[in-house]
Amino acid sequence: MQNVKQTNIRNFSIIAHIDHGKSTLADRLIEKTGLLTSREMQDQILDSMDLERERGITIKLKNVRLNYKAKDGEEYVLNLIDTPGHVDFNYEVSRSLAACEGALLIIDATQGIEAQTLANVYLALEQDLEIVPIINKIDLPSARPEEVKKEIEDVIGIEAEEAPLISAKEGLNIEAVLEEIVNKIPAPKGEKKAPLKALIFDSYYDSYKGVVAYIRVFEGVLKPGMEIRMMSSNKHYEVTEVGVTTSKQGPVDQLEAGDVGYVVASIKNVKDARVGDTITDHNNPTDSPLSGYKKVVPMVYCGIYPAEGEDFNSVRDALEKLQVNDASLIFEPETSAALGFGFRCGFLGLLHMEIIQERLEREFDLNIVTTAPSVIYKVMTESGEMLSIQNPTNLPHETEIEYMEEPIVSASIMTPTDYVGAVMELCQNRRGTFINMEYLEETRVVMHYDLPLNEVIYDFFDALKSRTRGYASLDYELKGYEESELVKLDILINGELVDAFSIIVHKDKAYERGRSIAERLKDEIPRHQFAVPIQAVIGSKIIARETVRALRKDVLAKCYGGDITRKKKLLEKQKEGKKRMRQIGSVEVPQEAFLAVLKYDEK
Amino acid sequence: MKDLGIYIHIPFCNSKCYYCDFVSFPHKDDRIDEYIEYLLGEIKEYKELLKEYIVKTIFIGGGTPSYIGGQHIGRILEYIYKNFNVEALEEVTIETNPGTLNREKLKLYKEYGINRISIGVQSLNDNLLKNIGRVHTSVDFYRNFDLIRNLNFKNVNVDLMFGLPNQTMEDCKETLEKITKLDIEHISYYSLILEENTLMDKWYKEGKIRLAEEEMERDMYHFGINFLKDQGYKHYEISNFAKDGLECKHNLFYWQLKPYIGFGLAAHSNLKDKRYWNYSNFKDYYNSLDENRFPIDGEETINREMAIAEYLIMGLRLIEGVNKNDFFNRFKIKVEDLYEELLIKYKEQGLLYIDDEWIRFTPKGLDLSNIVYVDILP
Repeated sequence: MQNVKQTNIRNFSIIAHIDHGKSTLADRLIEKTGLLTSREMQDQILDSMDLERERGITIKLKNVRLNYKAKDGEEYVLNLIDTPGHVDFNYEVSRSLAACEGALLIIDATQGIEAQTLANVYLALEQDLEIVPIINKIDLPSARPEEVKKEIEDVIGIEAEEAPLISAKEGLNIEAVLEEIVNKIPAPKGEKKAPLKALIFDSYYDSYKGVVAYIRVFEGVLKPGMEIRMMSSNKHYEVTEVGVTTSKQGPVDQLEAGDVGYVVASIKNVKDARVGDTITDHNNPTDSPLSGYKKVVPMVYCGIYPAEGEDFNSVRDALEKLQVNDASLIFEPETSAALGFGFRCGFLGLLHMEIIQERLEREFDLNIVTTAPSVIYKVMTESGEMLSIQNPTNLPHETEIEYMEEPIVSASIMTPTDYVGAVMELCQNRRGTFINMEYLEETRVVMHYDLPLNEVIYDFFDALKSRTRGYASLDYELKGYEESELVKLDILINGELVDAFSIIVHKDKAYERGRSIAERLKDEIPRHQFAVPIQAVIGSKIIARETVRALRKDVLAKCYGGDITRKKKLLEKQKEGKKRMRQIGSVEVPQEAFLAVLKYDEK
Repeated sequence: MKDLGIYIHIPFCNSKCYYCDFVSFPHKDDRIDEYIEYLLGEIKEYKELLKEYIVKTIFIGGGTPSYIGGQHIGRILEYIYKNFNVEALEEVTIETNPGTLNREKLKLYKEYGINRISIGVQSLNDNLLKNIGRVHTSVDFYRNFDLIRNLNFKNVNVDLMFGLPNQTMEDCKETLEKITKLDIEHISYYSLILEENTLMDKWYKEGKIRLAEEEMERDMYHFGINFLKDQGYKHYEISNFAKDGLECKHNLFYWQLKPYIGFGLAAHSNLKDKRYWNYSNFKDYYNSLDENRFPIDGEETINREMAIAEYLIMGLRLIEGVNKNDFFNRFKIKVEDLYEELLIKYKEQGLLYIDDEWIRFTPKGLDLSNIVYVDILP
């Protein structure tokens, strides 16, 4: 593949709210530039992970190189770097944006601006990116492009009069988007002769090649045979391949300042190619690494344990492999009395947590058990020491606690005015403090609340969506810590404390939560030969009690016509189910039970 | 010569009961003649293979075998007698449904050697019968039963079900009382099981029907056991009761894992270390036979470990349990040497009774047998 001159390169990403049509537009751009014929196109090329397709969101960003002959007659290389769209993944968005000079801002012509869009626009503006607004879904009868243009100008403060009106779904006006990219987004700058400076914005582990790092070259040249250095660790490696991603990966002779591509350098340990790191020439290093990456701060923690003890090492290997693609995932070994050896993991949010769990199960075929999520609490002890607690088990005894603080987030919730009441009610239930409400237009408002993070991590997003018929959107960032009256809620099963179920909860919520967890566990724990009591306790006080009645019947009544094979299959299925249970004392607890504590019951 | 049990599947019936997941096609009368021809073809294919076996029992099941003409049944039996060694034949059973029998049919049955009639009564409460999709009434049963006795059949079984939708303890007692007055030789008394892909299972999942609570269902079972024992029946298998010496010999072949062979659609066979089953649709079944192949859809090879587990699982269905000496003679190893820990555990939990000679379920163990079975499976 030929190297193009720097002035003909455009590096851009797409910013959009979920469902506003980002992936569809990406598909159309790919199709339009002839990378794939439409027959070869799978829907939504960039979201190639199963999970992403199912959830309709992009989790792991990817990039693709498009060749486009513009109306000015010149050949351009357009590097599209995809970004995730969920509030949990701000960090990934920032990585993606740092590799670009511009961003397409897609706004749904029927819905207008959403909170998430705004948050990402601000991230892009922070990186000094050129924002190119695109108005999508104009084929829908309820499209109101003129109002949306005005909204963009009023709310974001960027010129929107010339924004292309398109329908990605119908393939309408896609060429206008390509022209906007060429004309509005600046070409990359950067000296080819300077020492190498390249940014890792994504990477993954390939079992044949080792770590494959996606990079943006800012200065210098990168080619096979070179000795490169990771600036954070000072480790160095010999480059074996550089390339670009078109319809699939393909090697090129070299990558130059302004290019986006990938590098392979026999990097064996995934920890040695950290996303966010700067790559330079080992023999001719640059003075200073690139800046502009946000530090990852996990907001939610939980324990992940192998369902069977012997899988501990497999879980560790899997987490390590996921970590190379996902710099925001952190983990360290821990032990639970109920669950044995496992890991305490940190995530950006609850969705991020669920995705990691699902990937461990699907991609690595592991059976895992997850404990209740927790945030980091600050605990001032009687002896004047400030502790950070992210595992409820480690909370000191109440007599040793002077006071506790919990993290508070500033949340912006954008919603049609019809649902203001419903949103207020939800936020009040979740111990929110109302700050203010702004009208974006007559029928839409943005509401600002301070909310305890531990209320947000328990299905707040789902509750918000269901109360507003999916119209509201949420964005939040950590504001700080506030003193709060918190207690530890424990669950006893058959008289035994199960540490994996312990949560830290506000005093006023403890009774309700305790009752709801006990009820859910009653439904999840199968009947045993004996009755199994489930108790929720604070300290030594029992606040809720349920009983799983003793099993009276577990029998195959008839074995007809000698079909032993089928009867055996039923037994085998039962045995399989049993394997997926954790033995706690003499009680077998299915993995689903551990999820029971995640959900609030708000019916 | 080794003993053999033969099963014959008749996949036709009057109408499909709501709980039924057996291979059976209601009102496909136009297919009966053709099916019988192919069935005979399949039987013939086995002539060579079964030379070293001696047939002890024949069981004609379905579907509703009594739904089709008696002459078909006669032809099938005649064919078996012609092709296999039947000099020591002891038991020939046919399954029937109330309302499908008449004097001519029964006479033909008798003529062709059938000596045991099994009747799918299920309940003597007509409302309950309707609820589960049975198309007969209790009167149909009484009429057919009289005919059966008139023609001097001396070995009769009735199938009864408990745990039916809306069934009360009283209903259950009433049926048992009425049935035992008739001095029937054998009673299958089994609990309604919702099988997947049945109408009933679907309705249950949709919340349209309610089943008896586990507690009541077990009360019905325990009542049945005690009541039938009082009436002089021997409880010899989880769901089966018989007058002295009149246990179902054919079913014992299954429970004791003796060789058996199944002819017809979806029939199962157990020969040597193989278990296999036939196609369950006419097309594949016919095509195979047209090409002179056995119409086998799938098979399972039973290795020693699995054979041992199955022997215990099936054997423990019998109330007398598994005989330790029989086990040793069959596998040349003591059952304790293989399952010591498991046997101790379930003895302690009160699910198993173990003495020098026998291993059997306790009454509690009979209710919770799957717990033990799951553990026995390798």
